[in-house]
Amino acid sequence: MSHIRPTPKQYMILGLVALGAPLGDTCLSRGMTSLPPISLAHPLSLVSAVFTPWIGAGIVLLIGFFASYLTALSWADLTYVLPATAFGNVIVALFARFWLHETISWQRWAGIVLITVGVGFVTQGPSLTERPQRVSEAPEGVSRGASEGRAQ
Amino acid sequence: MTPVHPAAAGMIAAVVLTSTAGEVLTAAAMKSVGDLDEIRARSGMKGAIRAVVSCPTFFAGVFFLALSFFSLLFALNHLSLSFAAPASASLTLITNAIAGKIFLHENVDRRRWLSAGLVCVGVYLLAH
Repeated sequence: MSHIRPTPKQYMILGLVALGAPLGDTCLSRGMTSLPPISLAHPLSLVSAVFTPWIGAGIVLLIGFFASYLTALSWADLTYVLPATAFGNVIVALFARFWLHETISWQRWAGIVLITVGVGFVTQGPSLTERPQRVSEAPEGVSRGASEGRAQ
Repeated sequence: MTPVHPAAAGMIAAVVLTSTAGEVLTAAAMKSVGDLDEIRARSGMKGAIRAVVSCPTFFAGVFFLALSFFSLLFALNHLSLSFAAPASASLTLITNAIAGKIFLHENVDRRRWLSAGLVCVGVYLLAH
């Protein structure tokens, strides 16, 4: 089985997928906690929150994440890209430990190790399921199912 | 270990199912669009954006992702964050692996199953 491996540029996009979501969420959280409590009776105050620096930065980062995520999905399988998004949790935990000096319990360290091993494991395999060029162009008798059977 | 209340399980199931539908539809849309890096090199950023927004499956995916976001907000309104977030995140990994195999015909081999399982347990531990 030949392995379809990402190029260095594609690894960079996967890195952006992993970094964009946790950094964006952290900015949103930082921005929302610094605001006074927002009541559902005044929903327009949510709109004004969008224009505060932390929330604005969070939105920009999340747009960057979504663009990188869509790009990654255009050349890699969903089951290959998703562990990369979960790796963001590890990055947040490491930020919390080494930047914010929070204490990390042994369960969290175990979680970090498991996610890292899981992501490392999936990245060693092919990023995309091999398929025939086009089902309609395939010779008679060669079905999609047959190619999947071979790929397993 | 206390059993999960049926209503809580229903809320988590709603988040997991809508999120899985959104991820699978978005992935299917992006596969039908083609390699975005190549499209951008050929027709620029505008061409890449046009290719994505002219795909109806992409909007179906975004609709379910939005539904998943609001389901999560609803769940967070009734359940604690330390339960709802890791439970939905880790279960979504497993349902996506199953949906990827069934609907996207991805080659979810033993390596990917093991990886999904490890990441699932890892996310659960990280949230505790």
